Amino acid sequence: MQITYRELWGTLHGLIFGGLFLLSFSGGLFALYSLRPEWLTSEGINEKISKLKVWVWSMAAIVWATVLSGTYIVYPWYRAKPPEGTTDLSQFPRSLLLSNPTTAEWHKFGMEWKEHVAWVAPIAATVVAYVIAIYGPQLIKEPKIRKALANFFIVAFAAAAVAGVLGAFITKAAPIH
Amino acid sequence: MTTNTLIKNGKAAAALLAGGIGALTLGLMTTLGEAVPTFGSALNWYNPAGPLSGKTTVAVLVWLVSWVILNNQWKDKDVNFDKIATLALILLLVGILFTFPPFFELFVSE
Repeated sequence: MQITYRELWGTLHGLIFGGLFLLSFSGGLFALYSLRPEWLTSEGINEKISKLKVWVWSMAAIVWATVLSGTYIVYPWYRAKPPEGTTDLSQFPRSLLLSNPTTAEWHKFGMEWKEHVAWVAPIAATVVAYVIAIYGPQLIKEPKIRKALANFFIVAFAAAAVAGVLGAFITKAAPIH
Repeated sequence: MTTNTLIKNGKAAAALLAGGIGALTLGLMTTLGEAVPTFGSALNWYNPAGPLSGKTTVAVLVWLVSWVILNNQWKDKDVNFDKIATLALILLLVGILFTFPPFFELFVSE
């Protein structure tokens, strides 16, 4: 049983960082949704807000780690050009996918969308974390702000989910070794 | 006796709208980078990652700068939150549309 350095980074990027963000989404969204005066006591509000701040800032940090490790560590290995005359493309995933008409769309559609759309997630997640941190317990009286944050949160999740699912399929078709 | 001063909604509106502007910038960089090859090449700021490095860095810079500017303008004000939040969400979604390959390929010449 062994794992290469590149496989380790691929796992950290997609499965650990990306997976953690996606898994933590439902908890964050539910906590935001439940910030309602009729559901919480004043003590409960303060406790819930404190935990929610930690939760959403952690999510923002994790999704930044996901896109930064993806763009600057894993993606360069994916897009590396093979030397002239290379016949074994297994170390060059982008070229491997494009070399076969049955897999080319995994790059042309899959990777092209994934690499760009993923960056919407940290922007939206950071906005959500910042507003929750700044407004704190006041959010209980701000249903419009809560609704806007929920929308941003859902878009962040959707962008990350698209990137994650496409990444899983691309990795299956042309893994980074 | 303590008095709780409520934070105006301008801070939240500024953060949301800046997020929308950042996402739209990302989408525009993506589509322009694909449609105009010289523009795409100009965004290649870190060769191992290619033009993606420039596209995302520009988007993040525009997001942060617009956030600072909007926050300075609105932090002590109550603004038309519904309108701004809706606009921010639209910009966020349009930004995603502009990263969608079947969309940006409409602007790529064969």
